Amino acid sequence: MAGQGCLVANDWLCWEYVASRSEELTDAAVQHVWITAASVLTGLAVAVPLALLARRGRRWAAPVLGLTTLLYTIPSLAMFSLLLPLFGLSAALVVTGLVLYSLTILVRNTLAGLEAVPEEVREAARGMGYGPGRLLWQVELPLAMPALLAGVRIATVSTVALTTIGSIVGKGGLGNLIAPAVSSNFKAQVLTASLLCVLLAVAADLLLLGVQRLLTPWARAAVADGADGGRRRGPRNGEV
Amino acid sequence: MGVPGGVLDWLADGANWSGENGVWHRLAEHALVSGTALALACALALPVGLWLGHTGRGGALAVNLSNIGRAVPVFAVLALFMVSPLRSAGHVPTVAALVLFAVPPLLTNAYVGVRGVDRSVVEAARGMGMSAGQLLLRVELPLARPLVMTGVRSAAVQVVATATIAAMVGQGGLGRIITAGFNTYNTAQVVAGALLVAGLALLVEGALLAVDRLFPRPAAR
Repeated sequence: MAGQGCLVANDWLCWEYVASRSEELTDAAVQHVWITAASVLTGLAVAVPLALLARRGRRWAAPVLGLTTLLYTIPSLAMFSLLLPLFGLSAALVVTGLVLYSLTILVRNTLAGLEAVPEEVREAARGMGYGPGRLLWQVELPLAMPALLAGVRIATVSTVALTTIGSIVGKGGLGNLIAPAVSSNFKAQVLTASLLCVLLAVAADLLLLGVQRLLTPWARAAVADGADGGRRRGPRNGEV
Repeated sequence: MGVPGGVLDWLADGANWSGENGVWHRLAEHALVSGTALALACALALPVGLWLGHTGRGGALAVNLSNIGRAVPVFAVLALFMVSPLRSAGHVPTVAALVLFAVPPLLTNAYVGVRGVDRSVVEAARGMGMSAGQLLLRVELPLARPLVMTGVRSAAVQVVATATIAAMVGQGGLGRIITAGFNTYNTAQVVAGALLVAGLALLVEGALLAVDRLFPRPAAR
């Protein structure tokens, strides 16, 4: 680390900056985490019912998938600007925009996970007297969990990155520090905030990987047995 | 007057299309920047992805690279370039940030596409005495083409949409129409800018689909 005077010299790495602005950095990071978490959780709450709707047949699937894909083509800059009249300058505006973006990935992955549940498993559960609700909750959702969580991981990581654009309305978490620092050519602030952003994304991804392992212990057991050769269903890389 | 009417009026006004801040100039900047970025990203990512898929090694690397790439905000990369000496290099910072953004998905799709080719077909071709290069160009690439092209198309759409971010650090492109409208509380202009970007994205997607159709597909088995 460069010593004293790195703020004056406008160095890329500057511990003096991190130390003197730690409060500002923490606040921005907390806002970033909060916006990301609220967006992904809300996105999930909207995506699962939509996926269930899309599963009912082509009549529903086409509009649901079409609409969520169309939302993805709206430039983020415009999305946040367009929602402004509805929400004013609030975090809800950024969260809403990010929820709309996360739907593309979450709906597709949830749907792929549900459709990969083998028909004979459903038949067996029905034969054991499971009603539609119990079938969904105790059989289908757990089996769809790996694909669903893969979607949540992708959505979370891209949401962390997209949150920075929220700085156009002043609610962009770490992006709030990047935007003014570009105009004033403040290198340490741009680099520190960018690195923190990437660190947040990596940390969130690792956390979700841990959750995935806790929630789907059978997946690990199958790999350990080496018994899954050629039987792997569902999306390979999470993205469908 | 509602927003839809305002958007039409804005788009119909010739004054909004001409000059330094006009649609034509911004559209040309946007097309130049996205086109260059996409071409460079394809030139970098596709050969590497296809080769990794062919040898079957480095797959974890390609997939992980793609996931890390998703974690890096384009805005942050662009901002970093803009406080470096690159700031005075015209469109170079935007193009460089977009290339970094487009490489990971292109690489992954090319890799997954070639890996997904039926192994028995590859073995048969090898048995016929094809060299590695022939195998890749005449067997694996044609069979992997649908997935590779899907990757190129989605990368193109994302690059066109993401190029708007350049406006946030004062660079050119259609994003400038959106930020200018945002700063003057002109919702009609923001919507018009978004429509222009979406229109360009759809046009590019359509053009790539048309190019893809020009080449014959391998017969379905």
